Amino acid sequence: MEFFVISLLNGVSYGLLLFMLSSGLTLIFSLMGVLNFAHAAFYMMGAYAAYSLGLKIGFFPALILAPLVVGLLGALVERYGLRTVHPYGHVAELLFTFGLAYLIDEIVKVGWGLTAVPFRVPAALHGPLFTVYATEFPKMRGFMMLVALLMLLAVYLLVTRTRIGLVIQAALTHPHMAEALGHNVPRVFMLVFGGGTALAGLAGVIGGVAFITSPSMADSLVPIMFVVVVVGGMVSLAGSFLASLLIGLIQSFAIGLDWSLGGLLDALGVAVNAHTPLYSLLKLQLSAVAPTLPYLLLVLMLIFRPKGLLGTRAD
Amino acid sequence: MLQVEDLHAYYGKSHILHGVHLQVGRGEIVSLLGRNGVGRSTTIKAIMGQVDAAGSVLFKNEQMLGLKAYQIAHKGLGYVPESRDIFPALTVEQNLLLGMKSSKPDKSGRWSLADMYRLFPRLEERARVQAGMISGGEQQMLTLCRTLMGDPDLIMIDEPTEGLAPKVVELLAELFKEIKNRGVSILLVEQKLAIALNISQRLYVMGHGRIVFEGTPQELRQNSTIRKEWLEV
Repeated sequence: MEFFVISLLNGVSYGLLLFMLSSGLTLIFSLMGVLNFAHAAFYMMGAYAAYSLGLKIGFFPALILAPLVVGLLGALVERYGLRTVHPYGHVAELLFTFGLAYLIDEIVKVGWGLTAVPFRVPAALHGPLFTVYATEFPKMRGFMMLVALLMLLAVYLLVTRTRIGLVIQAALTHPHMAEALGHNVPRVFMLVFGGGTALAGLAGVIGGVAFITSPSMADSLVPIMFVVVVVGGMVSLAGSFLASLLIGLIQSFAIGLDWSLGGLLDALGVAVNAHTPLYSLLKLQLSAVAPTLPYLLLVLMLIFRPKGLLGTRAD
Repeated sequence: MLQVEDLHAYYGKSHILHGVHLQVGRGEIVSLLGRNGVGRSTTIKAIMGQVDAAGSVLFKNEQMLGLKAYQIAHKGLGYVPESRDIFPALTVEQNLLLGMKSSKPDKSGRWSLADMYRLFPRLEERARVQAGMISGGEQQMLTLCRTLMGDPDLIMIDEPTEGLAPKVVELLAELFKEIKNRGVSILLVEQKLAIALNISQRLYVMGHGRIVFEGTPQELRQNSTIRKEWLEV
């Protein structure tokens, strides 16, 4: 029971962090058709911006300001970079964001060094939020969940209740029509790219302070982020929300479980010992293969349901 | 009001329009006729800034070529595409509201939401329904009303009656008269000769990316050569 509750909480909080990251990516892809390879670089930028700003103005103001700075940079990248590349097609755009990711990486290494910076959890978020049986659930994890849920609510209200949100939804299906009605669709693209990168920046502040802020901080997240987006169905925010939680939960539960194929055979009455064929495979525990599970999910998804959980793409 | 001179348009490397010229006066209904593929839709897309074009498109004595589509819309040109392009995930009412160019209703504008609902009570009944769920005829009303909500001085309408029941076509013909009565000019791309002859003051016939005839409905009725060569199948 204790294992279950803690794994659930850890899984949900990690899933929500993934969602903060993948929601911006999904939003940008669904509107502009651009798979933003630099998304994780904006995540890293958020962490470093918050670290540097935090030294001067404190963590909480930096939590607000850093994503805004990142979003502004994102908007500039769209306005003066992507928009120029756009007429040459999606491959050119993809290569542009790919190059941009490296550029940002190098800038971070030159500016802040190759090793991790001491971006620490602020005192207000130290210690446990509550204790489940004997295990403490840290305040920082709770804060991570809170920020992600607030962000989810804000994005939802923005897209469904405001006029700019309606224009975004209109431009999703018929950008030319939205423009012919007098809406400045290129500016909407810029705002969405800026907004999407700001969300990545916000995830970076949280992820940086909860885990680590270093030039390689996004390395493990990049592939997972793409898994989330593909499993969620590429263009669906709700889909990427579900996929984020699913992957968060799979990872947190798998890490704690010592199930193996051998154990399963044992339970079925088949004796398994060192002389059984494929013993080394059979004794592999679920916890040991946990990091590969999201990719297994990705492969299975692409084989059996290529449009993703809630995607609308043709199979 | 609208003066198009020597308009050339291109899709990639293919040259679609070869020097189209046409004029639409204030409060006039003008039809652009011709068989499929002669460049009628391309002509209005070029005027609306949605395909690469060269030549001259003067609207209220201002050059439109080189402006972005949203800027052209703000000058007072409205466009209703053949594909209708309603926003399927939004409600009927949200579609109509997006026709307005700003969030505040323009008091001096010619059209209000109430006008649209009076003209087409069916749209009011469906106001809260996702626009993707309504019928083809309702979508055609919606797309016309949506563009009118932006209060254009000239509205370009591409094949509005295609695939519609005769009853709905009658409704649309009524709407065109109402639009004209409010001082809005119409440039209509139409396949059905009878409707065009009935409601237009002047007509143009296109063939192979050029204008091959211009005149009044009376003149076109009398000119069987043009009708045989460029219109009848």
